[in-house]
Amino acid sequence: MSTDVRLHIPSTVSIGRRRIIIELKQFFRDKNSALWNFAFPVILLVIFGSVFSGQQIGPDITFSRYFVAGMIASGVLYTSFQNLAIAIPLEREDGTLKRLRGTPMPKVSYFIGKIGTVFVAYIAQVTILITVGILFYGIKLPSTALQWFTFFWASVLGLVACTLLGIAFSVVPKTGRGASAVVSPIVLVLQFTSGVFFVFSQLPHWMQVFASFFPLKWLAQAMRSVFLPEAAAALEPSGSWELGMCALMLFIWVIIGLVLSIAVFRWTPRGSN
Amino acid sequence: MGDVAIRVKDVRKRYGDLWALDGVSFDIAYGECFSLLGPNGAGKTTITEILEGYRSRDAGDAEVLGIDPAHADREWKSRVGIVLQSDRDLGDLTVSEAVHHFAGYYPNPRNPDEVIDAVGLTEKRKSRNEKLSGGQRRRLDVALGIIGRPSVLFLDEPTTGFDPEARRDFWDLIDGLKSEGTTILLTTHYLEEAEYLADRVAVISRGRVVECDTPARLGDRQKGTARVTWLENGHHRELQTMAPTKAVSDLSARFDGEIPGLTVQRARLEDVYLALLDGDRYAEGGDSE
Repeated sequence: MSTDVRLHIPSTVSIGRRRIIIELKQFFRDKNSALWNFAFPVILLVIFGSVFSGQQIGPDITFSRYFVAGMIASGVLYTSFQNLAIAIPLEREDGTLKRLRGTPMPKVSYFIGKIGTVFVAYIAQVTILITVGILFYGIKLPSTALQWFTFFWASVLGLVACTLLGIAFSVVPKTGRGASAVVSPIVLVLQFTSGVFFVFSQLPHWMQVFASFFPLKWLAQAMRSVFLPEAAAALEPSGSWELGMCALMLFIWVIIGLVLSIAVFRWTPRGSN
Repeated sequence: MGDVAIRVKDVRKRYGDLWALDGVSFDIAYGECFSLLGPNGAGKTTITEILEGYRSRDAGDAEVLGIDPAHADREWKSRVGIVLQSDRDLGDLTVSEAVHHFAGYYPNPRNPDEVIDAVGLTEKRKSRNEKLSGGQRRRLDVALGIIGRPSVLFLDEPTTGFDPEARRDFWDLIDGLKSEGTTILLTTHYLEEAEYLADRVAVISRGRVVECDTPARLGDRQKGTARVTWLENGHHRELQTMAPTKAVSDLSARFDGEIPGLTVQRARLEDVYLALLDGDRYAEGGDSE
């Protein structure tokens, strides 16, 4: 009997695939979170893009274009870190995680489901942002293979790092309802200091130093190399895109995220055992 | 040894200064339906969650299907079904989506549509779970608990929020599972439910098993007095007696035939249950809360 069961027990990957499908259904059916995840970045884009539409920050570069690149980098943070750090505390509270823990679903399948959902949500969001950017704010699709390659690795490294960090950070909010109040300010502060809402080289030096410890600064810089003309590199504090450094910093955050998420993740609310 | 599905031996669990479980022991045989009764805070959910693998224990031995639940693996979990108390998850999915999804976790699941039918949710299978009533929601939880064809099923207050008809349907469903040989640990507040479903019941109070027996024999129920009531001159009359048959025959002679408003009742499970809890409180020096 027991060997029989072991033979037919569904694989971690096949359950992971089922998790992706079910998570996506839940993600896109939840109207509030769909609005938060897709409409909000576009609204920000329209507001900032319109307010600063005439502002030239360099030759052939308006602030609007600079801002679109920053918002695409923010899209990584929204769909992974912000989304999970808010959603997982709710799942911990409403019984989702407890129910799953009582089934033969492996933990890894749960994480596969989360990562899959994050990637699909990101692709949807970035498509919307790029479309709006092309139509209204003069950005262009990447034109060289190198730019496409940079876009690809920056997105993947950024998503993996921020997904793991979101899973780890999900232990911080005390309640599901309070999660967004804890998570959103962190995202906002990073956006202010990492060259999304303001031109990075114009920020005070200490703020630049602060931001360079976190992934969003490097992500935004890599995205600017993809969506701004080559000449815009002169606007960076170092005068170049520093792509190697961007990749290294994001990779370090993948490792930090991996270690943290394994060390601190919990299925039950604090103080429940 | 081989016919014990669940073994609990002197299990203790402490929350701060309070011993939530103060040495609980019982065995449940394969195919048996065993019910835990007791007031809120007696430790029913704590012992159940230890056996489900959710909680740690401070002392004692616990075994479910030959394995310590603290070291549960996937294979063990695929043979155990759990119906927890009141969850609010899965709201954005339909009944059918949820049941089909969870079927995919198990090596040998039941047919999802048959399970939906068995819990009486066929008409609601395309409804979002957030739109279900409390009782329907509970039935979904039961469906998800049995979808994996478990050998052992934990039911923690499964019929809360059911109307009487739904409760009857649920009892039939559990009867069906019993006849298939499923071992069931049932926690409930409804004594008539325990009486109908359980082969044995254990009364838990203050983290200890006060008594454990079949529903018919609990608290020497079968030996106790019977209560005979009737109407006489417009008044409600009552008699406690060890010989109810003789009492009825005497009354029948007195009324010359039919006795108005006659009832004869042995002690209900509820009566012995309450008596057991009272006795326990008295034994502890009467510090009731």
